[in-house]
Amino acid sequence: MMVSFFDQFASPVYMGVPLIAIAIALPWVLYPTPSSRWINNRLTTMQGWSINKFTNQLMLPLNTGGHKWALLLTSLMIFLITINMLGLLPYTFTPTTQLSLNMGFAVPLWLSTVIIGVRNQPTIALGHFLPEGTPIPLIPVLIIIETISLFIRPLALGVRLTANLTAGHLLIQLIATAVFVLMPMMPAVAILAATVLFMLTLLEIAVAMIQAYVFVLLLSLYLQENV
Amino acid sequence: MADKPVALAQKRLMDVKLGQLPSWLGTRDFTPNGLLGSVRGGYERYFNKYINVKKGGIGGVAMFLAGYVALSYLWEYDHIKHDRWRKYH
Repeated sequence: MMVSFFDQFASPVYMGVPLIAIAIALPWVLYPTPSSRWINNRLTTMQGWSINKFTNQLMLPLNTGGHKWALLLTSLMIFLITINMLGLLPYTFTPTTQLSLNMGFAVPLWLSTVIIGVRNQPTIALGHFLPEGTPIPLIPVLIIIETISLFIRPLALGVRLTANLTAGHLLIQLIATAVFVLMPMMPAVAILAATVLFMLTLLEIAVAMIQAYVFVLLLSLYLQENV
Repeated sequence: MADKPVALAQKRLMDVKLGQLPSWLGTRDFTPNGLLGSVRGGYERYFNKYINVKKGGIGGVAMFLAGYVALSYLWEYDHIKHDRWRKYH
């Protein structure tokens, strides 16, 4: 049986349940609803504080119309960050390595920002295709370029998240295999590789958080242009 | 030490004697609603013991994540078992 390094991205099915289903449902369990008490327990208070801070920060550049998106964007951010971080635990499955899931997030949300822009302020939305102050001979080319860049946005959003996470997981598995295989033969090289692995894991933790943030930030940017 | 006479259905699992286990299982509610209720009850017990305390620490979350890692290992075992003693990875 051919076992390749990409097998970690195939969701294993056990007793009829694919692991991806558990992995997607898990973030919901990890964030309990605050009770109606005035002061909650320490963990719930921390959770509420950080979510509030994040939402405040995210809503700063948006006008009042954009504030309707607060719940959606914040919950998307929490979902992505939790899924990415959980995927760094051993043996777990990361749903965001699947292009289908990321495109499923990117395309509808991007499309809704475009449709909102075209419905509510069509002139301004079309005006985005020509930045102010462009020299006249450049106009036709620039319009084509801006159109292409608009349509490539959902693709970029989805593929960016997928590629970053997939590449990270793949690298971790490669270097870990190298450490294992080298340990009996050349322990010194194995220890060097283990140091690289440690630093790579730290990088992956950062990437997990950053990529989720970038996804949501870009969406809020597209919203800002259009709402 | 004599136990007070308590009805079998109301005993907790740890208090049920081994011989009474099948009849105890018969008194439990295995309908979908009943299963959902027991899952919710289990969640609330865990939550109120480890998370919903004034000075909760990392332990409650860490235990849960360790359980998730163990669950994932169980899910992947059929695939991972081919990696044992493999010459080329």
